Amino acid sequence: MQNNRTLEIGTGLFVLLGFAALLFLTTQLPASGVKFGGQKAGYHVTAEFDNIGDLKVGSPVTMSGVRVGEVSSIHFDSKVYKALVRMRIDPQYNEIPEDSFASIQTEGLLGGKYVGISPGGLDTYLKDGGSIEQTQSALVLETLINKFFASFASKSDSHGTDKPEPNK
Amino acid sequence: MTRLRPDTYVLGGLRRLGSVSIFLVQLLIQCVPALARPGLLVAQVYNAGARSLIIIMLSGLFVGMVLGLQGYDLLRRFGSEEALGIAAALGLLRELAPVITALLFAGRAGTALTSEIGLMRATDQLTAMEIMAVDPLRYVAAPRFLGGLIAMPLLTAIFSVIGLYGAQLVGVQMMGVDRGVFWSQTQGAVDLHDVNEGLVKSLAFGLACSLIAVHEGYHAEPTAEGVALATTRTVVASSVMTLLLDYVLTAVFL
Repeated sequence: MQNNRTLEIGTGLFVLLGFAALLFLTTQLPASGVKFGGQKAGYHVTAEFDNIGDLKVGSPVTMSGVRVGEVSSIHFDSKVYKALVRMRIDPQYNEIPEDSFASIQTEGLLGGKYVGISPGGLDTYLKDGGSIEQTQSALVLETLINKFFASFASKSDSHGTDKPEPNK
Repeated sequence: MTRLRPDTYVLGGLRRLGSVSIFLVQLLIQCVPALARPGLLVAQVYNAGARSLIIIMLSGLFVGMVLGLQGYDLLRRFGSEEALGIAAALGLLRELAPVITALLFAGRAGTALTSEIGLMRATDQLTAMEIMAVDPLRYVAAPRFLGGLIAMPLLTAIFSVIGLYGAQLVGVQMMGVDRGVFWSQTQGAVDLHDVNEGLVKSLAFGLACSLIAVHEGYHAEPTAEGVALATTRTVVASSVMTLLLDYVLTAVFL
């Protein structure tokens, strides 16, 4: 009977592990799935951006390049038509001036987006639930390229009218 | 020894294909009554699945770690190390986990199935069962086939998860990719479709590998040499079949 017992325990363990793995793959991995997992320590601040690019929940929040927290949720604020980004800041970084400046930056050429905070000069610090007023949107590459080509086109146009080509 | 002519190869191949197909139908018919004896099925899930757990987990860990190293080195050249999670997760879910699990399964469990059933055949146990009006297809072949079929998707899922953590171990802990970026990029890129692809593949591989293993054992020549030959054929046929099916299924899913 001992043999039978280990067999059943082993099978049970295997099936349990297998289904736990399947559950993880189907619910935790796709972003659309249900999320479990506890709340991490820290305090939350919010910031409103005109355009967040492809900033995602879990993207890092940095100061001078050092990671101080992460983006905990992103919503669209339909009153001011801006993206409302909630960030969880690690508890040891509790002396961020209230008039700090938040901007969305890109990691590498094609990399993900992150929020960079540049400190302001006030003596009062951001608290849980506080918000960063000064923000700068994400740099969207396509808009930049469009601008570049637009300015390029207008430049070459004026160039063409000023100096006719010699073989004309 | 007679010289093998090409047409005997062709005919032999056709005959094997036909016999596997007929065997599959017979097996499927016996699968439903075989469920009436869950004890037999549990024993086979244990044999095929639980006893492959260690090798699957170890392989998954190392495959994931290699994926982390190689992926990091490659992605760093384009300055996009953050995509490591995506590369590892999609590579594992879609391709590596089902295929490597199936290959390991063929080597670890398939051979055991073939040699066990082959030895039953060689020692006339199967014939004895038939004489006692006990259908060996129902009580020997079907539970083993079903056990392999159930075990494979579960093993694949475990392989994927362990592999992903292996990649994370190398990428985040050793190479310094940001943990939040690793997971958020992964979650942004993976959807249920990718998980389904791996699941369908692992089911197909499970069916093919278990069928081949049981069939080879069941139709093994009842000699020591015959059993040895059947075991070898199981590994070769299962591996080739897995890779062939993998191409077909990938083409279907893309």
